[in-house]
Amino acid sequence: MTPLAGYLLVAALLFAIGLAGALTRRNAILVLIGVELMLNAANLNLIAFWRYGPHPEALTGMMFAIFSIAVAAAEAAVGLGLVISVHRHAQTADLDQMNRMKG
Amino acid sequence: MQEVGFTPQLAASPIAGALWLIPALPMLAAGVIAFLKQPRKSLAKALSIGSLGMSLMLALVAFGHVLGGWAHGAAVRETVNFTWLEAGATQVDLGWVLDPLSAVMLVMVTFVGLLIFIYSTGYMEHDENVTRFFCFLSLFAGAMLGVVIANSLLLLFMCWELVGLTSYLLIGFWYHKPSAAAAAKKAFLTTRVGDVFFLLGMVWLFSQTGTLLFYNHGAGSMEPTALAGLLLAPAGLGLTAAGAIGLLIFAGAAGKSGQLPLHVWLPDAMEGPTPVSALIHAATMVAAGVYLIARVYPLMEAGSLAGSTSTSLTVVTWVGAATALFAALVAVAQNDIKRILAYSTVSQLGYMMAGLGMGGVAVGMFHLITHAFFKALLFMGAGSVIHGCHEEQDIRKMGGLRKEMPRTFVPYAIGMMALSGVPIFFSGFWSKDGILEAAQHWGVAKGPFYMLVVGAVLTAFYMTRQMSYVFFGNWRGHGHAHESPAVMTLPLAILAFFAMALGALGTPAWPWFRAFLENRAAGVEVGLLGESEFLGMLATSCVIVAVGIGLGWMVYGSKSPAAEEPDAIERALPSVWAVLRDKFYVDELYAVTVIWFYAAWARVADWLDRCVWGGAVSLVSWAFKGGAHLSRLCDTYWVNGGFDKGCEELANGGGLLASVQSGRVQRYLRLLALAVVVLAAILIWSSRG
Amino acid sequence: MSIAFWIIATLTVVAALAAVLLRNLVHCALSLSLTFAGLAVLFLQLDAQFAGFAQILVYVGAVAILVVFAILLTRSSETPKDGGVFSPTWLAGLAVAAAVFATVAGAIVYSVNGLPNAQAVPSVTVLQIGQALMSRYVLPLEIVALLLTAATIGAVIIAMHEKPATKIGGAK
Repeated sequence: MTPLAGYLLVAALLFAIGLAGALTRRNAILVLIGVELMLNAANLNLIAFWRYGPHPEALTGMMFAIFSIAVAAAEAAVGLGLVISVHRHAQTADLDQMNRMKG
Repeated sequence: MQEVGFTPQLAASPIAGALWLIPALPMLAAGVIAFLKQPRKSLAKALSIGSLGMSLMLALVAFGHVLGGWAHGAAVRETVNFTWLEAGATQVDLGWVLDPLSAVMLVMVTFVGLLIFIYSTGYMEHDENVTRFFCFLSLFAGAMLGVVIANSLLLLFMCWELVGLTSYLLIGFWYHKPSAAAAAKKAFLTTRVGDVFFLLGMVWLFSQTGTLLFYNHGAGSMEPTALAGLLLAPAGLGLTAAGAIGLLIFAGAAGKSGQLPLHVWLPDAMEGPTPVSALIHAATMVAAGVYLIARVYPLMEAGSLAGSTSTSLTVVTWVGAATALFAALVAVAQNDIKRILAYSTVSQLGYMMAGLGMGGVAVGMFHLITHAFFKALLFMGAGSVIHGCHEEQDIRKMGGLRKEMPRTFVPYAIGMMALSGVPIFFSGFWSKDGILEAAQHWGVAKGPFYMLVVGAVLTAFYMTRQMSYVFFGNWRGHGHAHESPAVMTLPLAILAFFAMALGALGTPAWPWFRAFLENRAAGVEVGLLGESEFLGMLATSCVIVAVGIGLGWMVYGSKSPAAEEPDAIERALPSVWAVLRDKFYVDELYAVTVIWFYAAWARVADWLDRCVWGGAVSLVSWAFKGGAHLSRLCDTYWVNGGFDKGCEELANGGGLLASVQSGRVQRYLRLLALAVVVLAAILIWSSRG
Repeated sequence: MSIAFWIIATLTVVAALAAVLLRNLVHCALSLSLTFAGLAVLFLQLDAQFAGFAQILVYVGAVAILVVFAILLTRSSETPKDGGVFSPTWLAGLAVAAAVFATVAGAIVYSVNGLPNAQAVPSVTVLQIGQALMSRYVLPLEIVALLLTAATIGAVIIAMHEKPATKIGGAK
């Protein structure tokens, strides 16, 4: 197992965990937590490939990861703001109860 | 009775060329009257009488022409023929002929017809359908004249049928009377039976000789060449074609002239108005059958050697004699004044046929001419009596009219004496005498002679009975009898005159009639009256008449039995009387045989129509209805149901699909992730492969 | 693979598991922070020092705190009264996540030999990063700046208390 493969596996595991959390927990905030985990796993992937890939001096991987961090932060802010707004309206953050879009 | 050859004519004289006008004028009058409205009575009468009067003029001119030719020894037989239709090689010609036979008949028909037309203006005065009456009368006159002048068997047949039609129309003139309508139908159907045989004979003649013209300058069917050919062709049953065709044509004549099996319609035909009875069923239409046999006489006598006769003529004679005797017997027991005269007509027609069969054309035709006059006279007299007794027709309710209606009585008596054959002064004697003489000399058998003699006795007897009931004794009817107007009694007088005068044309002293028809010279030889043969005949006739009239007077005389009392003979021989009164049950025989058979077939046809064809139609309609029901069921359950079901399923499916949209985010996410996995797997696999 | 890597990796994964499995949401948030930290160490191990420190600064310092704030503001710190914290159909979600992991892991394991394996340690200075940001990546930089601005404003508006007079819809 190359080092890169190890990092990639860890990233995959983190991604899966984050996905499982996003798909199974009832609370909306936990969905966002899962999303953050997934994003972080992706960042790990990027850095790993930057380190072990060709041309690390091009800084592509690192730049990508940095921008990803910035965007993730913005997205977390907006998402949590949404959750708060929804909670104010429906008095709950329970996703199972938010089915007004039902067909 | 050979005739001397007629002078062949190359071109027809003007009168022969115009001969077609004689029937055409009355037919034209009938056509015009058919379009008139009912109230135009005077115009209808004027048209009829005027057209027939013009025909009489033309007939007299024609007769004069023929007479002139005969007087100069060059007898006339002129024909005008034309092609009617052509079909490839076959050709059907029509035409008319002017010869002594047709000339004499023309004069008789137009003259008697005109007198009867004038008489009917008085008789039908109170009827409201006079216009229709005169239309039919004119049509009849035209058709009868067409029969007389026809030179083609086909043209004769066409006019023959037309005569039958007008007879039907006139017998059933008062059609709202069921008895009249039934009588008309009976007349038509019975003569139809005869006409079928006539048609068969005509077709056979045409196929055998190739022509239906009688005389055509040697090529006609009555001329020697054709007759020779007919004699050679065999026809089964030991007959030659000539004999068979002759018998078939006689069958047609038997129907029209009321010979024995087909006589049943004539007495019933008395349902028509009396002028109709006088004209059609005494003088003319019934005589058409006799005239037909006279016309085709060369065919009828073909094959007969000197001293014997052909098969056809033998049959004609026997049928005629039987008819004469039969009808005379039945006439004795009738109580309706017209019915007695009707049976008398049937009997006299039998005499005419027998005369044709035994004595030749002249003998039969002479009796036809004289009979026309005195029978028309008798019928018109009967009409006058009926009119005077207020439409009463039963002789038991009349009586003593000799004093009340003298102007009717005298001509009637003259007619009665002519019919009975009172000697010398009355034409009937001379014509009947000719027949009896021919019968006596007939080589085949003596039977007809005896039958005719007995018939003559009976004729005198029943006429005396009728006279005594009607004119002698006391008045037994209702009300008061009155004499008829002059318009009715004048024709009676005229006819009475001719009933006496015509006899002079046929005496042995001056056999003008026979000579005229047979194209021989005739001189007046009074001495012939003294011949023993003639005197013997005269004696026989005197005895006949004396016995008949004497017997009649003895039984009936001036006694006036009341209407309810049985007749004198009925008291003496009740069973015989019953048979005679019921006409030998011939009608009843027909009812149980022919009519029953026909009715049975009608029932079969009705059953077929209602059950079989009707059933088939019902079946088809039921099948259609069933199909329609089936279609409706299909539509309701399959089509509609299927459609509804389909829509339901669609809605359910939509509902099902809509349930995918749960509104729950996490479910969406799961699906999304799953889809990505699947996509990745596919990509990996495809890139790996 | 050094032992340090395994220890840090295990820690990170455990913390991540805890973050999604714990009942109390605050505990989850704290576990999340631990995860972020673990990840930062992993970055450092990968010689991406700037990324590691940026991770700590942003994620641990801001995002985790944000999450805690959200938990507190939505009263999700209280345990739910009805049912559990997991949705009734949690197995389906788990199955999907397992499928995803299987796919990715399978891909990694299968292509292990094809992965690059550079041994040279890259030397990256902040100066280089800054220069790169201002030259080659200036456009993304500006866009991210805009994005951050929009996100901030948006989040504020969304989370703002609505005044009764200015209800959305305008109906009085």
